[in-house]
Amino acid sequence: MTKRKAFRTAFTVLVTLVLLVLLWEGYKWMGQQTDDHWPGTQFGLPVSTNDLTMPHSGDIFNELTEEIRAGRETLPLTVYLAKKAAFTFLEAAIGFSLGVIVGLMLAIFMLRWRFAERGFLPWINVSQTVPLIALAPIVVTWARLQGYPDMVGISLIATYLTFFPVAVSGLRGLQSPDSSDIELMHSYAASWSSTLIKLRLPAARPFLFPAFKLAATLSVVGAIVGEISIGTKTGLGRAILDFSMRYAVWPERLYSSVIAASLLGLFVFGLVNAAEWLVIKRGREVLK
Amino acid sequence: MNKRFTRGVVALVAAVSLLATACGSDEAAVGSGDCDSVDSVSLQLQWVTQAQFAGYFAAVDRGIYNDYCLDVTVLEGGVDIVPQQQLASGAVDFAISWVPKALVNVEQGEPLKIVAQVFQRSGTLQVSWADSGIGSDPANLAGKKVGTWGWGNEFELIAGLRKAGVTDPDNIDELIGQSFDMMALLSGEIDAAQAMTYNEYAQVLEAMNPATGELYKASDLSVIDWNDQGTAMLQDAIWANSDKLASDDNYRDITTRFVEASLQGWAHCRDNADDCVDIVLNNGSALGESHQAWQMNEINRLIWPSPGGVGMMDQDLWDQTISVSTDTGLLAGEPDGAWTNEFAEAANENMKKNGRSTTGSGWQPKQITLNEGGM
Repeated sequence: MTKRKAFRTAFTVLVTLVLLVLLWEGYKWMGQQTDDHWPGTQFGLPVSTNDLTMPHSGDIFNELTEEIRAGRETLPLTVYLAKKAAFTFLEAAIGFSLGVIVGLMLAIFMLRWRFAERGFLPWINVSQTVPLIALAPIVVTWARLQGYPDMVGISLIATYLTFFPVAVSGLRGLQSPDSSDIELMHSYAASWSSTLIKLRLPAARPFLFPAFKLAATLSVVGAIVGEISIGTKTGLGRAILDFSMRYAVWPERLYSSVIAASLLGLFVFGLVNAAEWLVIKRGREVLK
Repeated sequence: MNKRFTRGVVALVAAVSLLATACGSDEAAVGSGDCDSVDSVSLQLQWVTQAQFAGYFAAVDRGIYNDYCLDVTVLEGGVDIVPQQQLASGAVDFAISWVPKALVNVEQGEPLKIVAQVFQRSGTLQVSWADSGIGSDPANLAGKKVGTWGWGNEFELIAGLRKAGVTDPDNIDELIGQSFDMMALLSGEIDAAQAMTYNEYAQVLEAMNPATGELYKASDLSVIDWNDQGTAMLQDAIWANSDKLASDDNYRDITTRFVEASLQGWAHCRDNADDCVDIVLNNGSALGESHQAWQMNEINRLIWPSPGGVGMMDQDLWDQTISVSTDTGLLAGEPDGAWTNEFAEAANENMKKNGRSTTGSGWQPKQITLNEGGM
């Protein structure tokens, strides 16, 4: 990325943020003037604008610097949330890595044996319709009976969400090379596995990276949902659960923890973007 | 590292630990911390770290479980964790659960037994604004919007309404699903909200009253207390696996020690409430200091005094729990063998021998001042 492009991206992000804050405050101001009605009508606004439902953006921002007791220490809320996010990131990273491995293995398996594609693909789709709320108690009970810490169960929930896009897009990517290219590999008497490594996997990259990006954000969602349903001592999901119980007296904190969760999602998305740049774009420049 | 060296280190460590064990006394006195071996056990809580579970955290942090040769892992609850099911599946060794909810599982044949009835009264209230005229009489809920959390938390309320003659569902405007914050009451969506004395009730008193610019006061609120209405049900109890109690002597022995140490933990929190508030906060509660101090005080109120001794089943309240459960259709009848006093009795004997009050008859609640947001 050139410097100019980077500057332009940063500028766009900043402008969007300012616009969002203006929209939030503008809507809130309007609601306060009209007692939560669309101006000049009897129609109620969809979201109430009082300080409980929509705290001022400035109050949310200020809250981030407030101190909170975390066990034996007292920390600014930002640091508190960062620590929780680090734990969630670890669970998400484990879930993501396992999900990528399982997804790729399934994709290769389905590529190698056609009957596997016919037999497995419908079940892979069905798997994503099982609600996590039903899955969580099963996973945690299983993990505990094996003697694993609950973090393992939470990571497995993240895996469950992440393997799906990798398997589906991976299969499409592996099937993407032209038949002429495959015939060329045949003419070299290349084995199935070297065709896979030298032709199919490189060809699958443009399909895989979008799937990885989706999987990365899903792994964060999975980890947070897992933390909320299973219960851990730490993690962003726990912070969200704690603060949601205090919503009536402290809505700014819940908003802060939700912002932290979205920042973590952005962070992992950025990581995959960086990896993509290293693997695809820079790879191309080296070839030139 | 060379293999022989590694093996040498392993052998040395093994020898030292053998020696250390051998040096321990053969006749370990229970509760003295003189252990031949330590048993690892896990305890499943119903919810996140808060003073509701202070006794168990105190028994861990003040070394009481260690004195009973136990290494206890306290597992926090989550939205999808049902403690009695974790216990029945064998994933944990003990669980804390409200009595009626777990009795449903007992009726379905799951191996669960109460080994200590810690809370001697119910902490559930129905809270309304003082100016609503509902007051402390459930009959006044007729025609009002009445909130409940559902999920098995509604039975005291339903039984209370029936008892007060509000039997016709048309008389109650609606039983409204309510979340575990007090938003619905604060915003006026409902007229009466379900609240635990130790949690949600305090949340209202921690919120700013926009009309006065000060925190809400207890005088702004009216409460219906189900203990006074005769429909209160038993709440937090320690549950054990009844199959293992019958077949596994080692588990029985662990249960004896676990119950006694846990009840000692609760006695510690009775006599040292401030220390237990600190312990709960140290264990990572994000709910605020004055809120936890309030909760500790209210929890102590639910436990003390324990007229029959701490952890002992109150037969009258058991009978009342069963009759409310069967009247509201929660249970078909009284499940057999769902509780035993034998572990709590033994614990009470030992505590008395050590000069510790087991009834807490002299205990007095404190006066707690709540700060904004529970800070």
